[in-house]
Amino acid sequence: MSADYSIETESLGRVYRLRENKKKKGQPHELVALSGINLQVQRGELFGLLGPNGAGKTTLIKILTTLLAPSSGWAKVAGYDVHRETVKVRPLINMVSGGESSGYGLLTVRENLWMFSQFYGMQSAEAYKYIDELLATFGLTDRANTKSADLSTGLRQKMNIIRGFMTGPEVLFLDEPTLGLDVGASRDVRGFVRRWINEDPRRTLLLTTHTMVEADELCDRVAIINRGKVLACDTPAALKHELQQEAIFNLDVSAQNRLEAAHFETLPGVHKVQLTPFDGHSQLQFILAEEAVLSAVVNTLTERDVTILNLTKREPTLEDVFVTLVGRSMAEEEKAGSNGNGH
Amino acid sequence: MNLRSFRTAAWLGWKIESNWTDPFLFAVYSIIKPLAGAAILVVMYSVITKGDFAAPLFPYIYLGNAFYMYVGAVMTGVSWAIIDDREHYRTLKYMYVAPIRIPLYLIGRAVARFLTGSFSVLITIVFGALFLHVPIEAAQVDWLLFSVSLLMGVVLLALMGLTLAGVTLLLARHSDYLGDAVAGGLYLFSGAVFPLDVLPAWLRPIGYAMPITYWLELLRRSLVGSVAQAFPTLANLSNGQLLAILGGMIALAAVVAVITFRWCDHQARERGYIDRTTNY
Ligand SMILES: Nc1ncnc2c1ncn2[C@@H]1O[C@H](COP(=O)(O)OP(=O)(O)O)[C@@H](O)[C@H]1O
Ligand SMILES: [Mg+2]
Repeated sequence: MSADYSIETESLGRVYRLRENKKKKGQPHELVALSGINLQVQRGELFGLLGPNGAGKTTLIKILTTLLAPSSGWAKVAGYDVHRETVKVRPLINMVSGGESSGYGLLTVRENLWMFSQFYGMQSAEAYKYIDELLATFGLTDRANTKSADLSTGLRQKMNIIRGFMTGPEVLFLDEPTLGLDVGASRDVRGFVRRWINEDPRRTLLLTTHTMVEADELCDRVAIINRGKVLACDTPAALKHELQQEAIFNLDVSAQNRLEAAHFETLPGVHKVQLTPFDGHSQLQFILAEEAVLSAVVNTLTERDVTILNLTKREPTLEDVFVTLVGRSMAEEEKAGSNGNGH
Repeated sequence: MNLRSFRTAAWLGWKIESNWTDPFLFAVYSIIKPLAGAAILVVMYSVITKGDFAAPLFPYIYLGNAFYMYVGAVMTGVSWAIIDDREHYRTLKYMYVAPIRIPLYLIGRAVARFLTGSFSVLITIVFGALFLHVPIEAAQVDWLLFSVSLLMGVVLLALMGLTLAGVTLLLARHSDYLGDAVAGGLYLFSGAVFPLDVLPAWLRPIGYAMPITYWLELLRRSLVGSVAQAFPTLANLSNGQLLAILGGMIALAAVVAVITFRWCDHQARERGYIDRTTNY
């Protein structure tokens, strides 16, 4: 029954038409930002979209919040088609994008928030009460009457986040809510997100992130998205469980000669090697088919006159899941993406 | 809920419009700006006609110019909110996600400009009547005709602003000037500063197709009845006929505004323009 899903998409796709660019001939004129997205998010879920920059997360949020038309497939939010039934969807949702400074700088924090409460039909008195509560929760009480132009970007972002929660949405979309926030503020936001979803089983929250820890520790379920496609979708525990067979090792080594990941990639049983050079030493991360493969790795290191400074076995993370799915880390993927299809 | 969001939009518009650090400066500016505009016109008129302020052409031009200030205020006021929210405050997407009717919101945003515009018009006309012998006498004024015409004009300009707002949605770059360009273009063809008879015959149909032409004529007639008789342009039309023409044109403008805005709104969502910002 589709009515039970807060968010549902089928074969959802989005293509951006790029304007002609005379300087870069031979570039494609269309960019596939999303393709074949099938998602089902249950009421009450805190759902995460995890992927590197350019993966298509914001595009998906824009479609789900009625701002952007899909190019193919369909999406429903709270049971309504986001493209055809915008008028029914909008009262039930809200959206916040992180890492930007939006808002009316000439209004105070309280005025900004009050104004949006009016657009959602809230009674002024009730709105003020809730606004003040939320300002206290986010530690903004003493800034309530500050013009929002005079706030730091971090505090402005908190104001924006309050704007999202304030209107009591059934489905809330947060696009990289902690982007640009310091560690403490990020923790506050995550804590609030978790409490908000636990408070009322009718609420649903979808957030995007490119922070592994955020997806791992916060979300009930995570969809890993890259280059417009969902590669895996499950609870963080289940996603990591897939890698239970594998053995993951971090090695700090010091080498006389140049080390290259390629030296290890050909060894049987090595799924993935990542080499990060530091001053005077290097870090190697291995995802191995099983622990026994480690001896082959150590042999290769010895043959190359490499001294092992430290060796640790660790539990799989979502980063490892991403690496096994894509073949490279999120950071590498972002670099490759920005070289390939221009940002 | 619609009324509440309209009121709130008007409140926001007023906050933005009156966002002067010094209210005194705001007041001075509101008086100086329209009078400076009128002064330029008066000087030019004086040079061209060698100071013939008694001719009916003078009140014709003076009043046309004064009321034309509404065109910039209301029409561009409505469409400007798109640029302001999208480029400057980066809030247009949040307005779109909110359960409000965007056209109503945009018109609400223009209310403040309508009020400050009304103030400018009033100052200009009072100044003209007191110091430049623009022949307005309270007892002679047809207040009913004036009120009805003014109201119809505001509705008309709001609808034109909505059409412009739709187009603005689809134009990212340099759309700042679109409103001014349209207002400036219509200025010459609406009988604001000279009667349509001055135009070459082949350009006159543009003026006759322009609802603002009839609106300005109605306002002039309601304030200074004699002026209308001096120019053949619309002289053979009665007030009732002018009102009917203006009413018909407003109905047409409403249809155009609704169709254009809907289509542009749809296109903007297809193309992903709702939150597109231009980086200058
Ligand atoms: N308005 C647009 N026009 C053209 N390409 C776009 C537009 N918005 C996003 N893209 C491209 O679509 C892809 C996905 O972008 P986005 O959804 O913003 O990803 P994410 O939010 O995961 O970083 C990127 O390659 C990006 O460059
Ligand atoms: Mg993004």
